[in-house]
Amino acid sequence: MNPALTLATTRRILTQLRHDPRTVVMLVLVPTLLMILLRYVFDSAAMFSRVAPALLGVFPFLIMFLIASITTLRERTTATLERLMTLPIGRLDLLFGYALAFGAIAVVQVTLAAGVSLWWLGLDLAGSVAMLLVIAVLDALLGMALGLFVSAFARTEFQAIQFMPVFVLPQILLCGLFVPREQMGWLLRWLSDVMPLSYAVEALTRVTASATVDAVILRNLVVVGCCALLALVLGAATLRRRTP
Amino acid sequence: MTNSALTVTGLRVRRGGRLVVRDVSFEIPRGAVTGLLGPSGCGKTTLMRAVVGVQIVEGGDVTVLGLPAGSPPLRRRIGYATQNPAIYADLTVREALRYFAAVLRAPASDVDRVVAEVGLAEHAGKLVGSLSGGQHNRANLAVALLGEPELLVLDEPTVGLDPVLRDELWALFRRLADGGATLLVSSHVMDEAARCDRLLLMREGTLLADDAPRALQERTGTADLEQAFLHLVRAAS
Repeated sequence: MNPALTLATTRRILTQLRHDPRTVVMLVLVPTLLMILLRYVFDSAAMFSRVAPALLGVFPFLIMFLIASITTLRERTTATLERLMTLPIGRLDLLFGYALAFGAIAVVQVTLAAGVSLWWLGLDLAGSVAMLLVIAVLDALLGMALGLFVSAFARTEFQAIQFMPVFVLPQILLCGLFVPREQMGWLLRWLSDVMPLSYAVEALTRVTASATVDAVILRNLVVVGCCALLALVLGAATLRRRTP
Repeated sequence: MTNSALTVTGLRVRRGGRLVVRDVSFEIPRGAVTGLLGPSGCGKTTLMRAVVGVQIVEGGDVTVLGLPAGSPPLRRRIGYATQNPAIYADLTVREALRYFAAVLRAPASDVDRVVAEVGLAEHAGKLVGSLSGGQHNRANLAVALLGEPELLVLDEPTVGLDPVLRDELWALFRRLADGGATLLVSSHVMDEAARCDRLLLMREGTLLADDAPRALQERTGTADLEQAFLHLVRAAS
C-alpha cells in the first residue's frame, strides 16, 4: 500500500471524469431528480418521508454499482489494467484509488439528494443529517465495491450491465422497501439477512425515525462497511498479474 | 552477474490448449537492439508477455536482468508497450503520462522528455482518444519510456507509421541502446530487421534463427533478410 499511488489513481479517475461532463452532470443530478419525481408521485410529504430514506441509499448504490463495474471492465478490456499490473503499483492501491474517487462523487451526489429532500421535498428527519449522509455514502461505496468485484466476472459490457438486475435488484426487492422484512417467509427473510443493502436501508430508516443513534444503526454501519471492504479485497484478488 | 539482459531457457507456453511457444531458448546481450521477427500469430507477443512476466507459462525459465521474470523489483526496470495501445483514451497524452510517471515514481520532467522523444510534443494536450492511429501508438510507446527502464520490450511499435516516423523511432531505439538500454523489438516487417544488432526469427512458436543480420545473410547466402528468412523456413520444413 502506498498512499501516493492511491491518490495518483484517484486523481487520474477524476480527471477522466472531468473530460466527460455529461456523465458528471448525470452522476450528480440523477438521484436528486429521482427523489423529486418520487415526491410528486406520492403527492404526500408523509408517504414520501416513509420511503425516501431507503431510496437515498438505494439510488446511489445502484448508480455506483453500474459506474464502477463499467469503468473497471473498461480498464480490463482496454488492457490498461494489464499495463498497470506490469508496473510497480499494488492492487489495493488501485482499488482504494477507485474507492476514493467514487467516494468523493458519492458525497456530492448524496449531499445534494438529501439536501433537496430535507429542505424542499419535506422529508421529516428525526435523527442527524450527518448520520444520514454517512450511511448513504457508505451505501454508495458498497455499490461501488460490489460493482468492482462482479465486473471481474463479466467479459463484455452487455454482461456487466446485466449484473445490475442480477446483483442489485434482488437486494432492492428484499431490503424491506416493498414489504417489511418481518413479514417475509423464512427463505426470503434469510436472503434479506445476508444482503448488505438490507442493513443500510434499515439504518437509514431508523435514522429518519428516531433522534438517538442506537446500537442497531451502529451495527448496521459496521456490517455495510465490512461488506464494502470485503468486496474490495475480493476485487483485488480478481486482478491478476499473470494471465493465460 | 550475467552479462545478458535476458536469458530464456526451454520456454513453453500453452494458450487455449495450443502450444504457442515451443521450447524456445535464447539470450540477448545488454545495450543492444534485438529484433523479434516473424509472421503475425507466430508467438512473438506471447514470448514478450513471458519476458514481462504477465504470461502464465507451462515450462522453462525466463531470467530478466538477473531476476526471474515477473519479480516485483523488475516492474520499475522494464518498459513494456503492447501492440494495441493500452493508454486511457479519455485523458490527454500529458495527463495519461503523468499518471504512469507517478506509478513509476519517475520525476515529473520525464513526461516532457518522453513526449519529445516520440515526437508528440505538439499533441500532448490532446485527448488520447482523438489521436490518429500512429500518434496513439507513439503515445503508447511513450509510456514505456517513462522512468528510463533498463529493458524495453516493444511489441510492434512502428506499425501504421509512415517511413519518416519509422526512421525516427529506429534512430531513437539506437540512441537508447547507445545509452545502455537493452531493447527487444518485435516486427513483422523485414526491412526493419537490418537495423537490429541481433535477430530472433520466429515461426510457429519456434526459433528459426538467433544471429546478427549480416551473419544471417552470409550463412544463408542470400541477398536480403527476407530471402534469408524464406531460406530458413524452407530448410526447417
